[in-house]
Amino acid sequence: MMNHPTEEQFVLYYYGEGAEIEDHIGGCEQCRASYQALQRVLNSVDSFPVPERAPDYENRVWSAIEGRIEKRSRWWSFGWRPVLVAAAMAVLIVSAFLAGRTWQKPAPRQVAIADSGIRERVLLVAVGDHLERSSMVLVELANAGAPAAGRLDISYEQKTAEDLLESNRLYRQTAATNGDVATAALLEELERVLLEIAHSPSEVSARQLEELRKQIEDRGILFKVKIFGSQVEQSAGNTTTL
Amino acid sequence: MEDSDSVSVARVKAGDGDAYRTLVDRHSRSVFRLAYRMTGNEQDAEDVVQETFLRAYKQLHRYEARASFGTWLYRIASNYSLDLVRSRKRHPQTALDESPAPGEEATNAVHGVASDAPGPDRLLFGDEVQRTVAATLDQLSRQERTAFVLRHFEGQSIEEIGTSLGLSGNATKHSIFRAVQKLRRALEPLVNTAGIS
Repeated sequence: MMNHPTEEQFVLYYYGEGAEIEDHIGGCEQCRASYQALQRVLNSVDSFPVPERAPDYENRVWSAIEGRIEKRSRWWSFGWRPVLVAAAMAVLIVSAFLAGRTWQKPAPRQVAIADSGIRERVLLVAVGDHLERSSMVLVELANAGAPAAGRLDISYEQKTAEDLLESNRLYRQTAATNGDVATAALLEELERVLLEIAHSPSEVSARQLEELRKQIEDRGILFKVKIFGSQVEQSAGNTTTL
Repeated sequence: MEDSDSVSVARVKAGDGDAYRTLVDRHSRSVFRLAYRMTGNEQDAEDVVQETFLRAYKQLHRYEARASFGTWLYRIASNYSLDLVRSRKRHPQTALDESPAPGEEATNAVHGVASDAPGPDRLLFGDEVQRTVAATLDQLSRQERTAFVLRHFEGQSIEEIGTSLGLSGNATKHSIFRAVQKLRRALEPLVNTAGIS
């Protein structure tokens, strides 16, 4: 008779593998008892219930995402070029915004308030757009499959991160100048992650990819960017174009 | 089924946006089940479903059919679920023992779905097991929880789970073993006392 199976073999057997221990369990009372104890535990895990979905659940999911997919679809189908052009425009607008703050002559109070409102709105839209683009890069890396052999080419994400870094610095400085501490703090955190990506090799090993992923995960930056991006989008009144 | 997924993916990539609806129809319930088991919260699971399909759509150009579409989708869903779980731990909003509002159906995993289960003792015991399962799943590491949920509830093979998590077969098995050991330590006193089979 073979040695008593290990606990790991019992677990594999429970999940339909390791059939070689079947005879042993049948003939060994002690192992049968051990296996039955494991069975009771794992069967009890099935008591973890999942609420049923309504019959039209699929329609509801589709309705919830359809509009957002159409919006992204246009974006996706034309590639990154127009996005980068839009990013450049956003940078120009914010530069003008900063220059305006620096060089603006004293104006009547009412006009200044109106200008400030418009500037803040423009900035919000630009930051929202920037956060969405940044989150796409982070998502790409967070969900990239580990290279089965050799290395994974991340030159595309790296180049995009480099491009985003420029605008990120500008938005962060603007937010800090405006006293918007929360936005500045988030952008500072995002900047560190973008820097990591931009400074990574253009081809990474599985271990390097995991480290990069860990950077993203440990900081919880993706979630923060998503939440903050939604708030910004709401504040900007769902304005999607500059 | 997988062939059908491949055809739908190819159509979406060719610019047929409607083909994506076929994939949503086919996978939304299973993604919800996975997300619920990962997060233990109905609203979070709903968010995961929507976000998963949005992310998958955005990244579809990177999907190369080395894994099945469902496996790939599950990886996105499990990653996002774990982001949510971690975020909830940092910013707890709902205590595990929070009771549902009057008239509201108890749908949190800890309370379980409404059922016509037998007497109050049994119900209380079931609640305790569910509560312990939820709490223990919550204590597992990201890797352990994902590997265990995919193996135990979704019936994925070690190889499929390894592909999803970027782990070797041995590392995947060890993640599952560690999860089982932790569940065993937490649940054995309960289920053995009650003599559940």
